[in-house]
Amino acid sequence: MASWQWFHRLGSPRWFYEKTGGWLPWLTVIALVLLVLGTVWGLAFSPEDFKQGNSYRIIYIHVPAAFLALAGYYIMAISGAVGLIWRMKLAFMVMKSAAPIGAALTFVSLVTGAIWGKPTWGTWWAWDARITSMLILFFLYLGIMALQSAFQNREAADKASAILALVGTVNIPIIYKSVDWWYTLHQPATLKLTSAPTIHSSMLYPLLTMVVAFYVFYVVVLLLYTRNEILRRESRTGWVRELVAKEGER
Amino acid sequence: MRFYFDSWAEFFQMGGHGPYVWACFLITWAVLAYLLISPIVRQRRWLRRQAALQRRASMARTQGQAPPRQT
Repeated sequence: MASWQWFHRLGSPRWFYEKTGGWLPWLTVIALVLLVLGTVWGLAFSPEDFKQGNSYRIIYIHVPAAFLALAGYYIMAISGAVGLIWRMKLAFMVMKSAAPIGAALTFVSLVTGAIWGKPTWGTWWAWDARITSMLILFFLYLGIMALQSAFQNREAADKASAILALVGTVNIPIIYKSVDWWYTLHQPATLKLTSAPTIHSSMLYPLLTMVVAFYVFYVVVLLLYTRNEILRRESRTGWVRELVAKEGER
Repeated sequence: MRFYFDSWAEFFQMGGHGPYVWACFLITWAVLAYLLISPIVRQRRWLRRQAALQRRASMARTQGQAPPRQT
């Protein structure tokens, strides 16, 4: 049973809170350095696109934000499922924390997409399959947030949100495949796991830097939100009361 | 690797696409800053309020009154 020990410890909010406290400063520094590096590289040191001119530079935030909007949904749905199946308290806390972060990143990818669309397609908005399915993703995130605050009972709120998150996963393959199934306005994927990227290395490296930066940044913010949620939900336990007595003096 | 633009003015204009590109980056950085800072501020505020509640509760106990209810 030793192999299961880490799983139980991972389920302990206290263990999670204490462990992640040491990682946070490092991760934050890494995320910020990569974000600044990727931004400067993408804005100033990479060449311009021969078709789209300089407007293509929006790709350096649009694509990473969209990646994390989707990855964040996986994290939310999977932790919802873990919470439902193994009744792990911590999983529900992660699920709740992932919702506002995912909503913010989906918002960023929609807004940057709209601003990119104006000089490229001549319109801010189109009911293109990719854009519409991303809008649905945004509403799913908002729905989870609304459900969380709609219930007086914490357990009911967690269960209902987890079920909505799981049902909403049908949208994920639609988002991925939308650019292939309905070839309308949105361009196909630039980065793919299964084939070579359709982008020159002078643009690929800053883009990859930004993708990694967004992933690390996402981890930092998810940890911060989850730690907040842990303190609130565990406020009556001895270890949180001790922590409050120590930290609250400052 | 070198600076792609010939001058700072060109860098800001980006061949007419400047407003679009800069707006995107500003909005994104603003959202990221909010995501990073808001949980830190919220946690600090929560800890301070909770500490005040605990102090008041322990004071009430020593004076023999019922402690205020925690929320």
